[in-house]
Amino acid sequence: MDINYNTDVIVVGAGPCGVSAALEVARGGKKVVLIDRAKYAGSKNMYGGAIYKTALQEIFQEDFETLPYERIINSHSWAFLTDTGSCSITFQDETNSEAYAIKRFNLEKWMIEIAKKKGVYFAPNTLVKKLIQKDGYVVGVETELEEYYAPIVILADGVNSLLAKELNLREKYQPKDVILSVKETIKLDKKTIEERFNLKEDLTNGVTKMYLGNPKDTNAIFMMGFLYTFKDTLMLGVGANLADLAKNKLNINDLLEYLKNHNDIKPLIKDGQILEYSAHLIPETGYNKMPKLTDNGVIIAGDAAGFINSVHFEGTNYALISGKLAGKTALSALENSNYSQGFLSLYKKELDKSFILKDLYTYRNIIDRLYDRRSSIMNYYPYKIKEFFEIVTSANCKSKSVQFRNYLLSFLKDRNLKELVKDGFAAFRCVLDIFFGR
Amino acid sequence: MKNNEDKKSIQDKLATIKYNCDSKTHLIVDQKKCAKCKDKPCLTVCPAKVYSLDENTNEIVVQYENCLECGACRLFCPKGAIDWNYPSSGCGVIFKNS
Repeated sequence: MDINYNTDVIVVGAGPCGVSAALEVARGGKKVVLIDRAKYAGSKNMYGGAIYKTALQEIFQEDFETLPYERIINSHSWAFLTDTGSCSITFQDETNSEAYAIKRFNLEKWMIEIAKKKGVYFAPNTLVKKLIQKDGYVVGVETELEEYYAPIVILADGVNSLLAKELNLREKYQPKDVILSVKETIKLDKKTIEERFNLKEDLTNGVTKMYLGNPKDTNAIFMMGFLYTFKDTLMLGVGANLADLAKNKLNINDLLEYLKNHNDIKPLIKDGQILEYSAHLIPETGYNKMPKLTDNGVIIAGDAAGFINSVHFEGTNYALISGKLAGKTALSALENSNYSQGFLSLYKKELDKSFILKDLYTYRNIIDRLYDRRSSIMNYYPYKIKEFFEIVTSANCKSKSVQFRNYLLSFLKDRNLKELVKDGFAAFRCVLDIFFGR
Repeated sequence: MKNNEDKKSIQDKLATIKYNCDSKTHLIVDQKKCAKCKDKPCLTVCPAKVYSLDENTNEIVVQYENCLECGACRLFCPKGAIDWNYPSSGCGVIFKNS
């Protein structure tokens, strides 16, 4: 093709995925332009609140030590909520140091500084309007001001990837395929946070909490609340399936307010000031609705490819590692001067070998199975857990045997046997999926 | 949801966010399609309450300046009436603390 390339690789989107891809290319000694539409990379992004060490170390190597994190997260709890209370389990251990709480604005700034030092050319403030194609190949991007040409374009442009849409790489997303999440960053003094969450002053420990359960007076909404401790802020948010919100004409802010006013959470955020409110989509397309990952001259990675495992709150690690593999594939393609879809499918093979496609395959049906049983998970079992612990804990001078027997029988009385069997079957199949995964 | 007596409005929350406002809208709605839409989920579901109804003209009013660029409306609009784009380079929402 008769094109004047002005760089070897173009990466669109400077989140964890894009930076990682660009860094890999630069480390391989090739020229790379990293483009982001925001004035400050990271300022369009939002997540729960923590990034994971293993993937960061793999990508940023010795520079990982300089990560400007706010707290190490080493206490994890999961709570089932009823309208008036909760039942929770907590895992905490000082040696558990995989998750680091950091704001996206600071994370992206740090990542980009490192990438620039390694030779990545960074172009912020630049919106890619469309891809440039020639003879069936993507050969560059058109921005508002200029055009960039490269034999390989890596799309790391996030969940809404309009460029993947332009190339028809993805099936059209349905509302059921995504979680809408909103979050408040709540300002409190550092000392107050440390007292409320039993944390050390030296920022070496921190807490995350997950909340499952629906407000009693709503229809079943597939939702989960989350809370993270930062240095002098708390991140409190909620994600809910977009189809459920749309069907019930519910604003997700109402669910966030429900959590904020819940007995379990209200005292934790007392006297806090809202520093920022934010929103983002999370793709749950997973393995079954995975896009076509490569085409002539183009590779798609990170959120744009739907690489998320929402059961485990993993996403940024998928972004970092898929970005690296995209960069690695681009280097091989440059070495062989072959940018065809056939050659670039090497990327899929790399992903297959990594935890990314192994885990996406293992969890391919789990979200759907849980989603189908959401009315049980969100509106029924939290209340049955409550009833159980009421029997266990109340010295009400009644026969325990009678109470436990009645409790067991109540499962048959509350709802029909069919529902119970379906719940059990779904749980069993989830376990089988994981046991017989890749 | 009963225990929402201290409910903070979305308007109050939007006031906490920094924006670099674009001079033109990045969200274009097809009013003809909207007129035929009974449900209008955009009026309730958008987390930034970007969409409202002008009661005189019965048209959808789009306050694109408040958009958080999440992309939800693009997917839930039952009529596919929203032409959703990103704001121009450097414009739109600026999350500094998220």
